[in-house]
Amino acid sequence: MQMIRCPWCGPREEVEFHYGGQAHVPYPAEPAALSDEEWAHYVFFRDNTRGVFAERWSHSAGCRKWFNALRDTVSYRFLAVYRPGDPRPVLDGSDQTQHQTHHQKAGASS
Amino acid sequence: MTTVDAFSTDPADAVPHTPAAAAGDRLNGTPPRTPGAELPEHPEFLWDNPEPKKSYDVVVIGGGGHGLATAHYLAKNHGITNVAVLEKGWLAGGNTARNTTLIRSNYLWDESAAIYEHSLKLWEGLEDDLGYPILFSQRGVLNLAHTLQDVRDSVRRVEANVLNGVDAEWLEPDEVRKVCPIVNTSTDIRYPVLGATYQPRAGIAKHDYVAWGFARRVNEAGIDIIQDCEVTGFVRDGNRVTGVRTTRGDIACGKVALAAAGSTSVLTDMLGLRVPIQSHPLQALVSELLEPVHPTIVMSNAVHVYVSQAHKGELVMGAGVDSYNGYGQRGAFHIIERQMAAAVELFPVFARAHLLRTWGGIVDTTPDASPIVGRTPYDNVFLNCGWGTGGFKATPGVGWVFADTVANDTPHPYAAPFSLDRFVTGRLVDEHGAAAVAH
Ligand SMILES: Cc1cc2nc3c(=O)[nH]c(=O)nc-3n(C[C@H](O)[C@H](O)[C@H](O)COP(=O)(O)OP(=O)(O)OC[C@H]3O[C@@H](n4cnc5c(N)ncnc54)[C@H](O)[C@@H]3O)c2cc1C
Ligand SMILES: [Zn+2]
Repeated sequence: MQMIRCPWCGPREEVEFHYGGQAHVPYPAEPAALSDEEWAHYVFFRDNTRGVFAERWSHSAGCRKWFNALRDTVSYRFLAVYRPGDPRPVLDGSDQTQHQTHHQKAGASS
Repeated sequence: MTTVDAFSTDPADAVPHTPAAAAGDRLNGTPPRTPGAELPEHPEFLWDNPEPKKSYDVVVIGGGGHGLATAHYLAKNHGITNVAVLEKGWLAGGNTARNTTLIRSNYLWDESAAIYEHSLKLWEGLEDDLGYPILFSQRGVLNLAHTLQDVRDSVRRVEANVLNGVDAEWLEPDEVRKVCPIVNTSTDIRYPVLGATYQPRAGIAKHDYVAWGFARRVNEAGIDIIQDCEVTGFVRDGNRVTGVRTTRGDIACGKVALAAAGSTSVLTDMLGLRVPIQSHPLQALVSELLEPVHPTIVMSNAVHVYVSQAHKGELVMGAGVDSYNGYGQRGAFHIIERQMAAAVELFPVFARAHLLRTWGGIVDTTPDASPIVGRTPYDNVFLNCGWGTGGFKATPGVGWVFADTVANDTPHPYAAPFSLDRFVTGRLVDEHGAAAVAH
């Protein structure tokens, strides 16, 4: 089973976590000003990236805190985890998985 | 001693099978016999592998069941044959090859019942239409109810189905036992079976044969099936797409029909078009071959598994998606473990069956668990996606409806409710309730 590193508790088994979808989707600053189309995009539309994706996770069977992660949606490998409010980390090239060739680099977890 | 190949009717095979004789053949100028040489010839290829032409009237992206069925009905119903089906891998190697082939039409809402029942009717005549065996077996589906709320929802769905002309019945536990004796209907289990909905016309089919049957017909109609041809970009001119860029060169096109299932977002991103789709891994598994023990299909939302038994004898099982987004065509093993636990709870007789194989596909899920079929902001780009965990059953139906939409530049009536703009108007077709294990 994949180990996921909770920023507070450290590495725990994947079954302790709950997925929360795309990260960094802020609540609209001026909700009343939104058109139907803009509301639709806020409520129903999320990025569906093939590759490195910033997403939310909750350590639901542990400390129950939410955090963010950068994860590769092809290899499923976690590349970084960070606390809410922290900016999306910039990965150095060694963390990236090459999708075109389906080539996976070893030891690229953070 | 002389032995004669017992399986051969060819008198030429009636030759001695000894090394000396083989050597003698060589001396006589006839080639030596190779073990296995009596095996039958490979069957004829069912489709060609043409080089892409410079231009087509319609380019269908995705050579799975949906893309092939769309091409079939473009030719058959609309006489449109200057068509290419572009497939990045091999024909029908995506979800078509990976799905568990449950076919049913007992959905709750009128819009869904219309398109899925249209599809089921086409399944009933598909073998004749394709002139190819597809092993469509209408063995019925039981959707089990385990709680009072399940019972109420199920009875409501049965009544909605009946009003829509979909065959459906409510069965009490003793009737469930009659249809499927191996389901555990005792009252002392964690989720006792309180009854089930039953659709007798539901069934399974042989997914590869379905794809091959469509491919053969499509090829006969003069449509080009081009495998190993990934679409990597689009050539745009204002509100139109005039061509696709592929790993086998640029191809000009009059219209584009997207049928790329789990990879749809990768393509729509290239078009700057946002779609409310999340791609998830969905896994399934089979047991070793067993004697026929399971006469129907059983699905359970609460215990979260569904099971049928394939023609050869494998138990075929599946459940829900892996939670996170994923394009990896594989999933985590704890999902499989949970599925097996659920299966053994419902079918104690499976406890000693062995798991033979697990695999995964990429399913394109939408917020309301209904597909997206229709037009896009581009004048000549058409969208078919979002079938998620349950689009195999729709293969002929959506092929028909999508071909009509593409041919006439206007949504077929069965497609109209499934437009992309329903997420703006709020007119969702919420099928989550109809089957949480939605296949
Ligand atoms: C494990 C599993 C079980 C399932 N069980 C059922 C079930 O029991 N009943 C049911 O009704 N449905 C089921 N489904 C869902 C069903 O398989 C899908 O909804 C349906 O197959 C999708 O349509 P398709 O056949 O065209 O998709 P696919 O066969 O996936 O075809 C899409 C094709 O597009 C190609 N493609 C993608 N991107 C590009 C590109 N850029 N260029 C060229 N080609 C491209 C892909 O390679 C692929 O071959 C299941 C799915 C899975 C994974
Ligand atoms: Zn924690």
